[in-house]
This record gives sequence, C-alpha cells and structure tokens, in this order.
Amino acid sequence: MSNKTIAAISTAQGAGGIGIIRISGDNAIDIADKVFKSVSGKKISDIKGYTALYGSVYSDGNKIDECVALLFRNPHSYTGENVVELSCHGGLVVIKNVLRAVLNSGAVLAEAGEFTKRAFLNGKMGLTEAEAVMDIIGAKGNQSAKAAMACLEGKLRKRIDNIKESLINSAAHLSAWADYPEEDIPEVTNNALKLSIQKGIDELENLLSQYDKGKVIKEGIDTVIAGKANVGKSTLMNLLSGCERSIVTNIPGTTRDIVEETIILNDIAINLSDTAGIRTTDDLVESIGVGKAKSRIMNSSLVLAVFDGSRELDSDDIEILSILDKNNTIAIINKSDLECILDTDKIKNYVNHIIFISAKDGSGIEKLEKEIISIMGTDNINSSEGMIANERQRFSAQEALNYLKESLESLEYGMTLDAVTVSLEYAIQSLLELTGERVTEAVVSSVFSHFCVGK
Amino acid sequence: MNYFAGEYDVIVIGAGHAGIEAALSSSRLGCKTAIFTINMDAVGNCPCNPSIGGTAKGHLVREIDALGGEMGKAADACLLQMRMLNRGKGPAVHSLRAQIDRREYSKYMKHTIELQENLDLRQAEIIAINKDEEGIWNVETRMYALFKSKAVIIATGTYLGGKVFIGDVSYESGPDGIFPAKYLPASLKELGLKLRRFKTGTPARVLKSSIDFSELEVQSGDEPVIPFSYDTLEPLKNKVDCHISWTNEKTKEIILANIHRSPLYGGKIEGVGPRYCPSLEDKIVRFADKERHQLFIEPCGMDTEEMYLQGMSSSLPEDVQIAFYHTIKGLENALVMRSAYAIEYDCVDPLQMNSTLEFIDFEGLYGAGQFNGSSGYEEAAAQGLVAGINAALKILGKKPLILDRASSYIGTLVDDLVTKGVTDPYRMMTSRSEYRLILRQDNADERLTPIGREIGLIKDERWERYCKKQELKEQEYKRIKSTVMSPTKELNQILIDNNTSELVSGIRLSELLKRPQVSYEILKSVDLSRPDIDANIFEQIEIEIKYEGYIKKQYAQIEQMRRLEKKKLPEGTDYKNVTGLRLEAIEKLNKVRPENLGQASRISGVSPADISVLIIWLSKIGG
Repeated sequence: MSNKTIAAISTAQGAGGIGIIRISGDNAIDIADKVFKSVSGKKISDIKGYTALYGSVYSDGNKIDECVALLFRNPHSYTGENVVELSCHGGLVVIKNVLRAVLNSGAVLAEAGEFTKRAFLNGKMGLTEAEAVMDIIGAKGNQSAKAAMACLEGKLRKRIDNIKESLINSAAHLSAWADYPEEDIPEVTNNALKLSIQKGIDELENLLSQYDKGKVIKEGIDTVIAGKANVGKSTLMNLLSGCERSIVTNIPGTTRDIVEETIILNDIAINLSDTAGIRTTDDLVESIGVGKAKSRIMNSSLVLAVFDGSRELDSDDIEILSILDKNNTIAIINKSDLECILDTDKIKNYVNHIIFISAKDGSGIEKLEKEIISIMGTDNINSSEGMIANERQRFSAQEALNYLKESLESLEYGMTLDAVTVSLEYAIQSLLELTGERVTEAVVSSVFSHFCVGK
Repeated sequence: MNYFAGEYDVIVIGAGHAGIEAALSSSRLGCKTAIFTINMDAVGNCPCNPSIGGTAKGHLVREIDALGGEMGKAADACLLQMRMLNRGKGPAVHSLRAQIDRREYSKYMKHTIELQENLDLRQAEIIAINKDEEGIWNVETRMYALFKSKAVIIATGTYLGGKVFIGDVSYESGPDGIFPAKYLPASLKELGLKLRRFKTGTPARVLKSSIDFSELEVQSGDEPVIPFSYDTLEPLKNKVDCHISWTNEKTKEIILANIHRSPLYGGKIEGVGPRYCPSLEDKIVRFADKERHQLFIEPCGMDTEEMYLQGMSSSLPEDVQIAFYHTIKGLENALVMRSAYAIEYDCVDPLQMNSTLEFIDFEGLYGAGQFNGSSGYEEAAAQGLVAGINAALKILGKKPLILDRASSYIGTLVDDLVTKGVTDPYRMMTSRSEYRLILRQDNADERLTPIGREIGLIKDERWERYCKKQELKEQEYKRIKSTVMSPTKELNQILIDNNTSELVSGIRLSELLKRPQVSYEILKSVDLSRPDIDANIFEQIEIEIKYEGYIKKQYAQIEQMRRLEKKKLPEGTDYKNVTGLRLEAIEKLNKVRPENLGQASRISGVSPADISVLIIWLSKIGG
C-alpha cells in the first residue's frame, strides 16, 4: 500500500480567470477518470504524459464545468508522482465543486505545503526553489492556523467539541474496559456503543447538511435570469438590485463573465447574472451566445425564468422551459399589470414555482423574494448555530462521519470491539484535526479522569 | 583514594528488571559487562505485585521474548497461575498475565546472570559517574573502587534518592527496606542531567492463615496454560488461586476521617504519582461517588504465607491501614506483615534521550526503567533490552536497533518516552498504540524474532523452530485457500448453531473463516484435511483473515509513517535558524531534538505546516 492521493485548488483563490485542481498520487489518474469525461471519449489513463484532453467534470452524473485535463506521468511531474491538473473556467464556487467531486472520488485534501513535501520526498525539489517555497508555506501555515482558530472559536467549536467529547468518552470507556479487565469497569454493551456512534453520525450529518446551506450564505446563490428577448429580464434585474432592502455590491476580480450584481436578500447573497435572450437563430455569433446562456442555465443553482404574461407561449419559450430544472426554477410571469393571455398551466408542466410580477410597478417582488428564500432552503438556517466554514473542515467532518459509519458497520457485522475501537479512534482523530489535539493522548487522559483504575 | 578495580565495555547500575535485560543482552552480544546491585538478594526483585504481564504489559513480555530477552522465560519458570485477559474482547487486546513466585523469580534471574558468560554480578553502591578526557566512563563505588567502561546504563528504579512514606513517618530507603542510592543523584546533577521526583506505592502483605477465604470469590488460572516464551516447550500448570474482595462504606469512612494524616494530602510528598495506579485514599477522594473498590488477594509464592493485596496501596499511617484493611470482608482479622508505603525517587525527563535510550548530550550514557519515568516491571525490562542491545551494538561498531511504533509496543513505549515525554510514571496500555490490530501478542515472534536473529540474540535452535513454524503457516494458508467446503448437512448445522447463514454452494475454507461467527474451533469435525500443527498458527491465520480489511488499512498508515521516519534530522540543529517555523514549534523542537521527521510530527505543538518547512529546509541543506 502506498501514499494517499491528494488534491487541492492550486491557483490563488479569488483571482485569475482559470482555476486549477491538482491531483497527485498513485491513484491520481483513476480518480481523475472518475470525474472527467473527454469530448473525444479518450480516458486520461489512455494518454501519454505531458498531453491534455478537453472535456467536462461531472459530479453524480451532473456536469459541473468544462475543463482541460493535463497529465504528468510519474516521475515527470512537480511531485514526482502521477499528477493530473484539471483547468476549469468556472468561478470559485464551480472550482470548489470540482474539488469536492475529486475528493468524493477518493482523493484527500492536501495539507498546506503537501505537494512540495512530496516533491521533496520523491527527490524532485531543487535547492534554489526550496528556500522561496519554504517562506511561503511558513507564512501560509501561520495564516491558516490563525484562520482555523478564528473559525473554530465559538459555536462551531462547541458543536464539534460536543460530538468529540461524547466519542472520546466512548473510546475511553472501551479503552478502560480493555486495558483494565481486572477493575470493575462497567462492561461496554453493543447497544450503548451503537447509540453513542449513531448520535455522532446524526450530528455530523446534520452539521454537513448545514454546510451546503451555510455555503449559500457565505458564497451566494448563483442565480441566472433567463428568458427570450424583451420579456423584461433587465427590468427585473434592475428592480431586484434597486430594491430598497437589497444591497447591491460589486464583486471585483470575479471570473464570471456575465455576473453583474450581487444582492443580499435576507442575509443571503444572490449572485445575479443576466443572460442573452434565447431564441433560434442562424446568426453564428448570436448562436454562440445562446449556447453559452443555455449551459449557464443548466449549471446555476437558481433560475429566474421570465415570461411575458401578455403574450402566448411560443417555440422559444418552450425551448427555454425544456432545459429548466423543475425544482430550482421560478417562472416569473411578467407584466401582471396587463391582461394575462399566457397559458400558465403549460408552464406548470415544466416548473413548480410560478410568481406573477409587474417589473414595471414592482408589484409581486416581495413574493418573489420569499419564494427564492424558501426554494433555497435557507429560511431555516440559523447562522449563529455554528457551522462548518470551509472545505477543509467539511473534509474532516466527512472523514469522521465515514469512520463512524465504518465502526457501526463493524459492530453490526459482529466484529470484536478492538476493531470497532480502531475506526472510532480514527473518527476522533479526524475531528481532532480540526482542533490540533492528539488522539491517543485525549483518550488516555479521559481514561484516567473518568475511571478508577489501579493496581 | 580510589583504587582501580577493573575495566568493562558496559556497566549497568541496578539489577532490577531493566538492569537484568540490559546486562544479559549486552553480555550475550559479546560485550564485557558488569551489573551492580546494592543488595545481591534483591536481584530481579518484585517489590510490588507478584505478577508479570497484564494488558499491554503481556504484549511487552512477548516482544522481549521474541527479541531474545529473559523476562518471559523467567516468568514461565516461576509460574503460579496464568490467565489470558480480555478473551472475547478481540485479538488486539488479548494479554497474558502471570502470578509468579517472587523469590523463585529473583533466584532464577540471579542464577541466570551468574551463569552468563561475559557478565559479572557485583554488590556495591555506585556513588558517582563521570567521563574522563579520553571519553571513558569512570564509575565509583562507595568502597572507593573505580571501574572504567565504554558505556554506562543507569537502571536505578526507585532506589535513586529513594524515600519511603508511611503516614507521619518517612525515611531514606529503597524498596523492601533495602538502603537507597543516596549519593548518585548529586553526581548525576553535577554531570548535567536534569532530575525530577516521581512517586509510587505498594499495598500491605498479610498472613495467609489470618484471612478468611470462605466467602471470597475465587479466581483460577486458564487451562491449558499458554506460556510467555517461545522457548517454553513443556506444558505448564497452574498452582494457585487468587481471591477477590471489595471495600465498603466503613473502609471509606476510616480513610476519609484520617485523610489529613496522609503524607500525599498533607503535602509532604513532592513526587508526581502515577494516574493509573492511585493509592486507595486517592481512589476514594477522586472517585467519591464510587461505593466500593475491588481488591485481589494474590499469593507471593509457594514457600511463603505472605499475601499481596492488589488495589490497596496506601501511604496512610500504619494504625489507619490496619483499621481499614480490617473493614474488608475476609480481612477482618488479617495480620499485616509488611505495611503499605509510598516511595519517592529521582528520575530523568526522557526527552533528553534518543530512541536508543542514549542521552543525546552524553555519548555512551543510557537510561532504562523507572529512571526514565516509566512504571512497571515489563516497561522497565523492555527499555533495559533496548538500552543493553544498543550500548553493545555501538561498542561493536554496528548500526543501532531502533524499533519504530509500527514494529512493537516496545517501540511505541520508547517513542512515547523520548518524543512526548512524561508527566507522571508511564504505564503501557493497548490504547497507546495506533497500530494495535497489528501489534498483537500472538504474532510477536513474526514481528521481532527476525530482528532478534539479526542482532544475534536468537540462537540457532530457536531460529530453526521459528522458520519451521513460518513454513507450516505458509502451507496452511495454501491449504485453506484451496480447500472447498461443501454445503453438507453437518457443516450447515454447525453454521446455524453459531448464528450464521448456511451454505448453498461450496465455499473456500479461507472465505468461510472470514465470518466473525466462524472459527477453526467450530469447524474441527468437518475440516478433515487439517494438519496437526502448533495452535498458534491457526490463531494467527484466523485473525489475519478476519481482520484483513482493518490490518490492510493499518499497514497503509504504517507505510506513510515510515516515509517520514526515514527523513533524518541532523543532530545539534538549532531550530531558531530554520526560517518559516512557528515559535512554538521552534521551542518544542529544540527541547525534544527529534531524530527524524516522523518523530517531529508527533510532537505536540509542531504543525503539518512546520513539518513542510522542515522538509524543505532539509532539502536546502542537502539532508
């Protein structure tokens, strides 16, 4: 068995038009092949080092972004291992989704400086580079330590501590029971242990599910306004961003080419982008724009599809309706100040949420806001509860969850408690990585403070 | 004043469990060795419990034996009762524990030392050690004898600056009333070692005929006896029973009413006591809501009537001890022959040592056992073996023996001591090993005997036996992988009886054994081609098959750990000069002085980013 395969975003975050996910390790190629499908149908494992494939990254069958996969075969790479670099052009959110797909396919998140570490371990590090890189990592280490501490203060820390504490107590009980068979330590029953592990699983699952919602708060909902030309898209955009209770900000340095505004509704950031009007056309230039708009619609978290209520649905409207996701779209029937001719029942076949507004006088906007909030499921997020703040924390929590599930499985399969304990301790280890403590010390200390053991 | 009395390669100070293994291993490796004891009748003494092994400690004994040490053989030879602890809790935590005849044990060890070639046993109190200009160690006795040696191993146990406390009474003493090493601490301080005070304690011994056993629970040994040593080929027998009793409300009352008379609570003892081995008064104060505490009554030997009261150590005054012992069922009329006492002693901070147990700043000076801040006979013996082997290997110009955490509990023990340090006497526990599904007592030979052979402590006959066993194991693996078990009525009945599903088609024996409910034992009647071989082989194979997934995962972790372990950090580095390290990391690294990146990564306060900085710095300096 060998080293774990690691991955990370290797371009500076928040800057640059392209984001690169670097994957390094023995399984880098296999992992990349799991998430990446090339246009030509070739697999990364089929190609030579120093060559590239064009295609897309998928997560659970859904396309996340187009990208170029570049392969470096061992030992001719930065780290000396097999390395695949996925260059994506999406913004930060998209890149993070790509990273997550890679992590879910078997890579682990790289530690600060880990690529360099491997480069060194594999004899790839030159002397002149070394000094410069070291300074950077040193500085980064300080920064990230500070950042991690900041994130861990307060509520999140408490939540993780609660989970951790309860698991450490179980592990300590197991340890005392195994290490002091001659003391009258109460027996660890399978049921009690199952309960404790299940509790940890529930809490971690809860924490993780909130992460996605919490991320929405932090990073904003990618929202696209779609519709054919002249249905009132721009007016809606202006209306939303001009809304008294919404705050309009500019996002400097964003890579999204058509993001125009970020508005904050009810503490939730909405990254609003307008798209070209969609219609069938013979014009080559225009059709490229239309294609782009379509793919943007398919990749966004929320679509506001605008229709003109004063006209019948036509083939362009139907084409738009056909590419929408039923659940994350709000059909907006504009011009409610005029008589409604549009067949809304037809729209209901494609979209679950319909709102009538008048972009002209602003009526119906409040309803729209409420609908957005309810669709994104952010109405029941309480950000003061303490949530996972970043991908590293998410990864540790996910890892802990996986180990807990594993220990529960072992228990149910009938394995002896020593094996169950090992998985349980790995889970604790993953949680402790968030706080920088050491697992064996934690468990051993807990044994001595909770159990009366002696000779 | 001094007279020149002789020259040795290695001098061992102290003939307890650490000193014995140190002296035997160095002399067996061909180094001329002397072992000094304050009292010749206290060689291999067990001043606390008359037992060897226990959880994790049993692992240590197995490992000492697998490397070619003596403890396991001695325990087998002096066995009173053997038990395999934790049966049913999983193979990682199975541990052997033996009651032994303590006088016999001491005799066995003394005689073994006396018979050992290259080894002199001498009675003398060492009062000073220092290094001369040629780098040779001078070792002085209280009788003005001056010995010279290339290496010195300090294994002074609780004798070093020993002080006994019983209530208001305290006096300078080693264990069991033997006088202490009174002068050596000053010499060690002068040399530049930082000493600290630790304390431990032992319960009373009572007269067997004064105990009423009639209502006490009996604890017998396990049959058949599984021996510690791979050299013990003759079957062993259990000779005695132990008994269990409990403290009660009355015991608690007496102790609480007199707690102010305890030197511990009165503040007279400055030494740090072990967390895991509290005195009874400690247990009662710290765990106030616990109604009762268990005690074991253990015989000290076949030709003595002294009984040991495990769990009842105390430093309360003698009158209080007698009063509270008498509250315990069975002990109402017990005659206390030796009082319980606490003992405080000098030891060092093991962070001053490297993984060979040599002091980083003092070449040729080693430490082992309680002197290094550990506790327990087995922990001591394990360190003695490591120190003795390494002192000898260095003198012989061979490369050192460094056992890493993945190799053994011995390696884990040493690594914990020298990289994490100790704040109270260190006791081995299975929970201290992150690789415990691999570091099992059943496979100690597989893990360590090839190493023992390479060093030169495993003799031909033993080595051949080991090789033969491995060959048989290999064959057995082949057999179970090629043997197909048919879904016969008999087999299916066995499977149903053991709560697992029946077979519908044939299955390889190796696959069938993967089921947690299935064992070699239950398949006995249907596994017709089974050879008649060592039961340990079946045990190992069964565990390896059942826990394969977990074991593989642990091996993957080990692989990763070993990569870092291979990156050596240069000696004498001042980490202040490494740019990019955080302040806390600089402090800790300068204190612990790790030998490699693996050790550095285990120091608390050294972050992954710091490790990356070290890696790059290493490449810069061409390390």
